[in-house]
Amino acid sequence: MLSRTADHLFWMSRYIERAENLARLLDVTYQMSLVPQSEDAANRSWNAIIALNSLEEAFAAKYPAVNGENVLKFMVSDPDNFSSIHSCLRMARENAHAVRGTVTTEMWETLNSTWLEAREKSFEQIANAGIGEYFEWVKMRSSLSRGTTLGTLLQDEAYNFIRLGTLLERADNTARILDVKYHVLRPQGEEEVATDFYEWGALLRSVSAFEVYRKVYRDVITPDRVAELLILNRDMPRSLHFCMNSVIKVLELIANRQSGETARQAGLLHAQLHYGRIEDILEQGLHEWLTDFMDRIYLIGDGISKDFLVPMEAA
Amino acid sequence: MNFYNEMYDANGGVRAHYQAYEAWLKDTPAERIERKRAEADLAFRRVGITFAVYGEEAGKERLIPFDIIPRVIPSAEWKAMQSGLRQRVKALNMFLWDVYHDQEILRAGIIPAEQVLNNAQYRPVMKGVDVPGQIYAHITGVDIVRAGAGEFYVLEDNLRVPSGVSYMLEDRKMMMRLFPELFAKHKVAPVQHYPDMLLEKLRAVAPKGVNDPTVVVLTPGAYNSAYFEHTFLAQQMGVELVEGRDLFVKDEVVYMRTTQGPQRVDVIYRRIDDDFMDPLVFRADSSLGVPGILKAYQAGNVTLANAIGTGVADDKSIYPYVPDMIKFYLGEEPKLNNVPTYMCRKPDDLKYVLDHLPELVVKEVHGAGGYGMLVGPASTKEQIEHFRQLLIAKPDGYIAQPTLALSNCPTFVEEGIAPRHLDLRPFVLSSGKCVDMVPGGLTRVALTKGSLVVNSSQGGGTKDTWVLEK
Repeated sequence: MLSRTADHLFWMSRYIERAENLARLLDVTYQMSLVPQSEDAANRSWNAIIALNSLEEAFAAKYPAVNGENVLKFMVSDPDNFSSIHSCLRMARENAHAVRGTVTTEMWETLNSTWLEAREKSFEQIANAGIGEYFEWVKMRSSLSRGTTLGTLLQDEAYNFIRLGTLLERADNTARILDVKYHVLRPQGEEEVATDFYEWGALLRSVSAFEVYRKVYRDVITPDRVAELLILNRDMPRSLHFCMNSVIKVLELIANRQSGETARQAGLLHAQLHYGRIEDILEQGLHEWLTDFMDRIYLIGDGISKDFLVPMEAA
Repeated sequence: MNFYNEMYDANGGVRAHYQAYEAWLKDTPAERIERKRAEADLAFRRVGITFAVYGEEAGKERLIPFDIIPRVIPSAEWKAMQSGLRQRVKALNMFLWDVYHDQEILRAGIIPAEQVLNNAQYRPVMKGVDVPGQIYAHITGVDIVRAGAGEFYVLEDNLRVPSGVSYMLEDRKMMMRLFPELFAKHKVAPVQHYPDMLLEKLRAVAPKGVNDPTVVVLTPGAYNSAYFEHTFLAQQMGVELVEGRDLFVKDEVVYMRTTQGPQRVDVIYRRIDDDFMDPLVFRADSSLGVPGILKAYQAGNVTLANAIGTGVADDKSIYPYVPDMIKFYLGEEPKLNNVPTYMCRKPDDLKYVLDHLPELVVKEVHGAGGYGMLVGPASTKEQIEHFRQLLIAKPDGYIAQPTLALSNCPTFVEEGIAPRHLDLRPFVLSSGKCVDMVPGGLTRVALTKGSLVVNSSQGGGTKDTWVLEK
């Protein structure tokens, strides 16, 4: 397969997954902002989203203050913000357009109509209709796109690169959501503040893991178990372990002469999740551990780019 | 002016080959037709069979209007036309080989040498290059019109990157989907094997010694007006659709960058003009092409279809000589008519043209796509005067032809069914000794009342083309 084609497919799926996870993160932040709390605390949560994406400067250039409305506006529908949901949906569509001959008609129509619809929605319309509604819509469109891919695309190399993009993006995004929310809910140093069922519930729901948690633990919600579920559970489709488990399988399928090192790095990371214990991770410090994880995910993505997607000259 | 009507004869009777269709059209309720037309429109839009108009916002591609009344050609007429097309395209390929090798036709004085050698489309870099099978124009689109009492004329030959074949195929698919019963009533010759035929031709012209050639389609990219067609053909043939940046040349061999490392490319069906193919040789500012590809081509390590330098044979200043080429190379009488052409670089011709501008069609020698032409009878005094000045300033930039009374065919338009003018572009495929084509071609129709310009860039539409089998 052409490197450029693989590159477009990889990014097409990353962008749609990114849009979905952004919707999930904003949704949980929005829901948590509704419970009584100090204005300061609320704005800290919103600020964390900006900081997480390293968008402080771009945000400050356009908006006078960090608050719920401004951050939502900036991250949902601001076309100038390349990390907004709006921009992600546009980029997903543009990448698909560039490889229309490779994706199926249904996939193309899904991403194209998603973008055409998103383009028509102003922030005011979104807010008036209820922003939660919009987040649901983004998640559904992402599911639809995944579904048409699974249901219509030949499972060849194209499928593998699409899958790889989805998994890497999701691993990164789940880590981010966990990182930013865990510390809002359980600030360092504060031992066992009364865990708020609703807030942890919201976090679990944001990664569609509420029912899963119940099924797996059949017990009350505790922060450590939430971390364990999202990091180490092998069968939860949005957990880090699940993602890396699939990443190494896909890397095996697409291996070429120079991809050995990337596969080794991915294997190492997978082994840590496969044999890791939540006690050890928490002892190391969850934030430190997640930061390291995200760095390594980034390096694996970079390795995939160099091995497969970025033009190679030498034979 | 009297126009030949494809469906009705001079007395208003239905021509034999249209009788079954006409009867069907009469019997079919108008609401059903209306519903089917809307269905066609929706389907074309959803599949994205569109034509990107330059300058408009990306994503706002325009549909090429599709008309549900087919253009029907009886078997005998097609047979004659087909044999004329074979002859003509064969001669054009022989002409191209000749002008890039021994130049016998120039030495024999059949065509003035400066007409060819000083032509901007003549590519000296092609001199002495031995292309496989001596074929330059692997894909030729010949524009044919019917005029006068019903005789066919070749309006122009397109030997560079002729487009439109995807519409021919999609139009047929649409007609079969909308009106399957019509195909049960008519023996319509199939056209859907065109991509197979094309792939077979492309494989046949692979460089020497390559048994299982890798064929690719080279596109300028997603913003090109014919991008849909490029993706369509690549998909139908099952080959990669590449852009210039996907290819590179090493040691005079062309490779594409793949996820499994560089892969050698043997045959390139390129949809990029000569000028943009190799920034090291042609336009240095081109980012669409592949640096060094010409060297690889000259070395015979890759085949380009069509070849570099075919434009010299479809230039409007060369067009008047095609009948002479046929006589010279094949020793045959031309089977297809050329339109009588005044070459404005000749003083006598220029004088005649200037005296008769309101009756003539004037075309730029290098023009294409229906841009930069004057249709005398349909023009205002100002437009005619404007062209008069252009002609006087640069006579060798223009040719003129009598305004042909293009045939017309009933067509759905806003006010109902009305006759509209049309042409036909068969796609002729060549490799070695073999010249083939699928029956018919793309029928383009001018949707504006009285208009003689059928180009899609000028608002033309298309019709399915039926060649009836005996």
